[in-house]
Amino acid sequence: MPQSLFLKFLLQKSIKLLVLLGAVALLSFFLVSRSPIDPIDAYVGAAILKISPEQREVIADRWGLDKPPAERFFCWAGRLVRGDFGISTIYNEPVLSVIGKRFITSFWLMLLAWSFSGVLGFLLGIAAGAQEESLLDRVIRLYAFTMASTPTFWVGMVLLTIFSIELDWTPICCAWPPGMSAEETCFWQRLHHLLLPALTLSLIGVAQITLHTRGKMIEAMNSEYVIFARAQGDSTLGIVFRHAVRNAALPAITLQFASLGELFGGAVLAEQVFSYPGLGKTTVEAGIRGDVPLLLGIVIFSAIFVFFGNTLADIIYKYIDPRMRRMAGT
Amino acid sequence: MFVQLYRIHLNRRSRTLVTVISCLALFAAVFLGAWLYGENGEITNLQLRKLPPSWEQPFGTDWLGRDMFARTLKGLRISLMIGLSAATASAIIALILGLAAATLGKAVDTAVTWLIDVAIATPHLILLILIAFACGGGAKGVIIAVAASHWPVLTRIIRAEVLQLRSSAFIHLSAKLGRGPLWIAWHHMLPHLLPQFVIGLLLMFPHAILHAAALTFLGFGMSPHTPAIGVLLAESMRYLSMGLWWLAVAPGLTLIISVQAFDILGNSLRVLLDPKTCRE
Repeated sequence: MPQSLFLKFLLQKSIKLLVLLGAVALLSFFLVSRSPIDPIDAYVGAAILKISPEQREVIADRWGLDKPPAERFFCWAGRLVRGDFGISTIYNEPVLSVIGKRFITSFWLMLLAWSFSGVLGFLLGIAAGAQEESLLDRVIRLYAFTMASTPTFWVGMVLLTIFSIELDWTPICCAWPPGMSAEETCFWQRLHHLLLPALTLSLIGVAQITLHTRGKMIEAMNSEYVIFARAQGDSTLGIVFRHAVRNAALPAITLQFASLGELFGGAVLAEQVFSYPGLGKTTVEAGIRGDVPLLLGIVIFSAIFVFFGNTLADIIYKYIDPRMRRMAGT
Repeated sequence: MFVQLYRIHLNRRSRTLVTVISCLALFAAVFLGAWLYGENGEITNLQLRKLPPSWEQPFGTDWLGRDMFARTLKGLRISLMIGLSAATASAIIALILGLAAATLGKAVDTAVTWLIDVAIATPHLILLILIAFACGGGAKGVIIAVAASHWPVLTRIIRAEVLQLRSSAFIHLSAKLGRGPLWIAWHHMLPHLLPQFVIGLLLMFPHAILHAAALTFLGFGMSPHTPAIGVLLAESMRYLSMGLWWLAVAPGLTLIISVQAFDILGNSLRVLLDPKTCRE
């Protein structure tokens, strides 16, 4: 692969990301600034009757709320460029450190769910697509279509009822036992708390990749090279593993990377059901309690996250596929 | 499966029609049921608290003795109404933007394509939360959020369809024969665009309903006074650990069935309306 071409590709992508982030920042700031939820009311919460107008002014002054929106935007954007996302009002901590801490907690959940749903979905798709209209295909298809119209949070609630409440196999909430901190817990305790939220995300996430792989498999199984292999006396199993799977694998990997946005959204819902203290639950808290700097920070962070997934999908598609690589080389 | 039962004497086209009619009957039943029976869900009866599902209360009763079946029907109607109105608004946005991108020249096209890129830059749910927050929550906030975030897919479809139509031979011929642009738009473009638009709208319903339910579940939407399905499910979270599983299971299942019915309806109509498949 020519290295200069790859560098050019990365440069183009970085410019695109910067322009996109600028637009996202502008749009989200505009949206947030016209919210009727008063940030000071949301900040003081129940103590609303106790604070005097003078104290209000002090807060407004410190947050720069007395200035016009345009000036506030440029002030905020200028600090963003220097890497200062402001202070979260509900955690009283820099936004970046809140996002960093919470994202690591979410990261393990998303990684587990993402890899499990990818592998399972791919296998189900192969099993369904290898023999179109067989009983197995119908069952898998029914499952995938049902999951595509099932709310993530409902799956979480059903799993919670069965495994945590009725069977008592898994904990009811959180990412570690109550009363302990993240550092004190061991790997197995963390995994124990991760299981159900990750399973929730996987059960839903499987649907898309299964249906996609199934389509690619059917396409491959009806292709001329498969008919030729059949004519040479190859068995169905041999054809599936030697010919069809190779063709279905790459689109599946690409799709799995491009679906990071949906994974992020699913994590918000799953974390809410299991009170898992990750970035998703923080997003909901920031929205409900009016923590504007944190909400804006998460919006920008999630845009980078999605862009990262899409770019990886692009790179895999362009540079790992032997056919595309040859084309890029010539 | 039940499909086999009527395969014997109905061809595919008639079977699809049967499916479409059953889906429409289901929605009629939900709306009629909510209208006739839904208000019973407001009645509290402390003698009948926390009852599991039975013949008298098919979905059980909640912690105030309210009939969950009636509450579910009413909640389903609210959720469907919100989803339908938001999806319709979103489809109209898509129609306007798609037409504008395809007909008003390169600058507008670039602007619309860029707008799509920005709209899908953040995870969908994060965008929904952001817009709902900007509108200050409530049913209005949910509708605006869902309407303002679901248009990109249909916009792309409509833009591509119009671009393809504009370069097709029969349109060029019609122009050469002296027909004006409006006449062409009405007689040649609209018959091709209408099915795309209707199917795009129908297939948007499932997403819109699910996203509206998710937003409500997270607490950005309605108060307990408008008990949409998302509100019912969020309330039931507090009672799950007490073993009141039926508060969550039944309303969720009805939501899944309705969403799937919309999906089947959209896909069946696509088969019926698409000239390539309608005669199979």
